[in-house]
Amino acid sequence: MIDVHNITKRYGHHTAIDRVTFSVAKGEVLAFLGPNGAGKTTTMRILTCFMPATEGTARVAGFDCADQPLEVKRQIGYLPETPPVYQELTVAEYLTFVGRLRGITGPKLSSALDQSIGRLELGSVRHRLIGNLSRGYRQRVGLAQALLHDPPVLILDEPTVGLDPKQIIEIRELIKSLAGSHSVILSTHILPEATAVCQRVVIINKGRIVAEDTPEQLSARLRQSEKVSITLKACPVDCEMKLRAIPGVLNVFPGQAGGSFLLECELGRDLRDEIARVAVLSQWGLLELRTVSMTLEDVFLQLTRHEDHLSEPPEAAVSMVSAEKTEA
Amino acid sequence: MTPVQAIIAKELRGYFVSPIVYVVGAVFLFIFGLLSYLYVGFAGAQAIQLMQMQQGGMAQINLNDLVFRNLFASMRIVLVIILPILTMRLFAEERKLRTFEFLMTSPIRIHEIVVGKFVSVFLIYLGLVGLTVLVPTVLMLFSDFDWNPIWTGYVGMVLLGALFLSVGLFASALTENQIVAAFVSFGMLLTIWLIAGLGSLFGDTTAGRVISYVSYMEHYERLVRGLIDTSDLLYFGSGLVLMLFLTHRVVESTRWK
Repeated sequence: MIDVHNITKRYGHHTAIDRVTFSVAKGEVLAFLGPNGAGKTTTMRILTCFMPATEGTARVAGFDCADQPLEVKRQIGYLPETPPVYQELTVAEYLTFVGRLRGITGPKLSSALDQSIGRLELGSVRHRLIGNLSRGYRQRVGLAQALLHDPPVLILDEPTVGLDPKQIIEIRELIKSLAGSHSVILSTHILPEATAVCQRVVIINKGRIVAEDTPEQLSARLRQSEKVSITLKACPVDCEMKLRAIPGVLNVFPGQAGGSFLLECELGRDLRDEIARVAVLSQWGLLELRTVSMTLEDVFLQLTRHEDHLSEPPEAAVSMVSAEKTEA
Repeated sequence: MTPVQAIIAKELRGYFVSPIVYVVGAVFLFIFGLLSYLYVGFAGAQAIQLMQMQQGGMAQINLNDLVFRNLFASMRIVLVIILPILTMRLFAEERKLRTFEFLMTSPIRIHEIVVGKFVSVFLIYLGLVGLTVLVPTVLMLFSDFDWNPIWTGYVGMVLLGALFLSVGLFASALTENQIVAAFVSFGMLLTIWLIAGLGSLFGDTTAGRVISYVSYMEHYERLVRGLIDTSDLLYFGSGLVLMLFLTHRVVESTRWK
């Protein structure tokens, strides 16, 4: 449905995206992940024919973005970063305007209107001015705009920004329900969202695609070691040394709370049994013992900060904090 | 409803929910009324003087010359000041509120956007000009005058306004700041006005005539005097098309940045 081949976009000397290639099959939901300024929005703008690529070709539903922009635009429903709403119009007036721009008229328009208002639960604000609505409602009006003409391709730039947790879940359900009949590309900062909604993830950093796979495959591929987290009630000075001495343990990192440790073990070995035995024998008072699976956050950070990830302790908690910083 | 009609309807709605149209309309009509009152007052004073000189005889005063020509001539500067305020929001606001990206990714052509926006503001201007016809209608009750130069004066005011609005539309496409858009169009309109002065420096030479032709002054003056010349109509028509074309190019070029 979407074929992007080697597209490059330069702004003067600055290269925003560099030979990006990917494709989205019919009915597939693809997440675009990347830190701010990685080139997500630029890629989406090229696909929606807002701006042309410097090099390379992008095709949507068989139409070329550079040569047949009108056909491409008809196939796409697009939600930009900022919901593109007119504050002086009511929700119904705005959606009517959007429908008319797309050439929908008469009874078709009113049924499309009712459907998208129903889908996004905008019935209660139907006749209110958009300027008086909250951020979350505006975001939903923006989504209603993208879905109005039931396009085969949806391009959503951070669709859940500004929504409350309940609405986020509803929108994710909505996007999931679109899978199968619609091809969807969504960009997001929120990594669990990608795992929850998408079949495939493309991670982009500094304009280049650094990984492309299913969320599960990505974390499996990048896992270099098994990690076990333990919490001890008492931890004498030698406990770190003793933990290190367990065969198969590669590294021990003390955690933030006293008595907690993160153990890095050889790949493919489950050492929980052995660690528990040592802890009990040494009478440290074992409070907690669990494996730490590599989250998409870790994968993301490892791929987007490759220059410094080697020197940092691969602790999940630390990574989570940094991920939040990246989001902010 | 075609996409162009949808844009016109949306723009008109935008104008009428914002205070701009009411403020600009009120100022425009007030100034028009005030100028009419002043010129009628001057004409009356002149008539009294004439009657005193002729000692009792009825003075023939020409309202066309004394009132309407002056009135239409004065409206030039009013339009230069007022119309940029009407046009400044057209593209600048779309860019500021990020709805520009939405318009550009909708399946419509750029010229449809440009034409839709121009027509909407032109309709508002036509409405305002239409209301001013009240002034000659009321004067007709008290005096005799020739309506023909008044109609050509109105044609001139409509054409001049259309040209000014297209310049304003162009300026609005250049920036996302409405104040900047208003000032740029204000500056452009004054510059084109002053080109007439530059032309008169060269006198009645070919260069002088060519330079004067570029300014709207002589074309508008001829219409106000009651002359309809195809070269003047051609001037306003081609100026309008040129400005709309330039607007189209500017809007298109934002995609390449």
